Amino acid sequence: MKLYQLTINQAKEGLKKKKFSVKELVNSCLEQIKNLNPKLNAFITVCEEEALREAKKKDLEVKKSRNLEIFEKFPLFGIPVAVKDLFCTQGIKTTAGSKVLENYIPVYDATVIKRLKQAGAIIIGKANCDAWGHGSSGENSDFGPTKNPFDETRVPGGSSSGSAVAVATGMGLAATGTDTGGSIRLPAAFCGVVGLKPTYGRVSRFGVIAMASSLDSIGHFTKSVEDSAIFLGVTAGNDPLDATTSPLAVPSYLKNLKRKIEGIKIGLIEEYFDRGMDKKIESQTIRAVKKLEKRGAKIINISLPHSKHAVATYYIIQPAEVSSNLGRFDGIRYGFTRDKFGAEAKRRIMLGTYTLSSGYYEAYYLKAMKVRTLIKKDFEEAFRKVQVIVAPVSPSLPFKFGEKTENPLQMYLSDIFTISANLAGIPSLALPIGFVDDLPIGIQILGPQFSEELLFQVGWVYEKE
Amino acid sequence: MSNVKCQMSNLSREEVRHIAKLARLKLTEEEVEKFQQQLSEVLNYMRVLNDVETKDIEPTAQVTGLENVFREDEVSPSLEPQQVLSGAPAREGNLFKTGVVLEK
Repeated sequence: MKLYQLTINQAKEGLKKKKFSVKELVNSCLEQIKNLNPKLNAFITVCEEEALREAKKKDLEVKKSRNLEIFEKFPLFGIPVAVKDLFCTQGIKTTAGSKVLENYIPVYDATVIKRLKQAGAIIIGKANCDAWGHGSSGENSDFGPTKNPFDETRVPGGSSSGSAVAVATGMGLAATGTDTGGSIRLPAAFCGVVGLKPTYGRVSRFGVIAMASSLDSIGHFTKSVEDSAIFLGVTAGNDPLDATTSPLAVPSYLKNLKRKIEGIKIGLIEEYFDRGMDKKIESQTIRAVKKLEKRGAKIINISLPHSKHAVATYYIIQPAEVSSNLGRFDGIRYGFTRDKFGAEAKRRIMLGTYTLSSGYYEAYYLKAMKVRTLIKKDFEEAFRKVQVIVAPVSPSLPFKFGEKTENPLQMYLSDIFTISANLAGIPSLALPIGFVDDLPIGIQILGPQFSEELLFQVGWVYEKE
Repeated sequence: MSNVKCQMSNLSREEVRHIAKLARLKLTEEEVEKFQQQLSEVLNYMRVLNDVETKDIEPTAQVTGLENVFREDEVSPSLEPQQVLSGAPAREGNLFKTGVVLEK
């Protein structure tokens, strides 16, 4: 087994037992980047020099550490992590996938980056993404699309396209991502990796370039559920610099990870199965749910009556917030002028400007905020009957490049199963469940706000099955 | 005002230009045409929301339930002027330099 193929947990064990050095681990990922990135375009910036410098420092620390307590103290010690280029990294170019920020070098770290560094992680590079997080395919990056490693003629899913591809190919052992409407879960499913969209407010948004502030969730990609739990243990928690972060204590996600799920009630959303899903994805989803049933879960049909309005609701609220957040880019304090916005950013700014403008605000924005209330209530209702909900991530397989670029509405409909979680602010864990026609597919496990611990438990049981 | 509805809206070129102006975006004529069609299609899709009864429903602007998050008003370290200005394309001393906003 090559070092880049290891999970975080396996890599930590190997480092502890001195089977290999941090430098060797970092080099293994860098080697993958050199071999694959020219084809796949998963990175906008590779931090080779910085990563190797950091690795050298870490190896010295291992030498000095008598009983290897550093591995207990630093849960991500020496772990190479790819960072979506939406996260500010001090001294390292941060573009948001847009030419507007092609020359932007932040003078501070996002809170998540600070926490990852404090936990011993090594930033291996800045991952490609749809510009500003706008997209479901990765095709909206101003620095060229990222390709799906399973079929280079197909999209890897977006917007966290490079992050998902980096983890799927071992160009990093984990990666950060953002999920405003499915931007972690969709690429996770399309690339066959584990993706977590945490509860809104569980992880700080400070220093992450804002897309839609009431929807943005900061999460990550890993190869296993256990790794996802380790990673969230580092990133989660209150941050005085983001007033929407919850003051709730962060549980020890690993402590009860391997708990049995006997008797747990799992909901299947009736409406999702009526709505033009690929038949093979449908049958694989059912097969995955049966596995959980075998481990003692009870499967119950539930209804989310307003879920059919989620896409319309989301594509009013999200561009409205986008138009406001992108208003700050004026090319005066940093970056280039607004002439450099790409087509999709312009489209969303225009949509949002329109729906917020006088005469249209009530018909669109206010109406959407009211339907959002109903969508959220549907989930609250459902979670009285079941503890978690299982659903497919995507209604279709990874699509071909160019298939949806000329029809924005078709592209927006790719998010049909993912955006409800963002509107309701609930967490969702995307898991790979196998292949259809040699392409990866995934399910998501959704739970009430702050139920990540439970999602990991269910996910862990599935993974072991 | 729950009777306000999304109308069948095919945006005119003039409207597209007006929205672009509000958003400080410069569009080419081709873009105006493309956006006219694409934005109209998206806005027409939004009309499905007209079917939802929202009388007496409170709007949701945020999902955390947190209210009035305060902190002590204490002075803490902030960025140095040199850092703040490090990305500015044009500056004068410790100031950002901008184009003229108000003509004489």
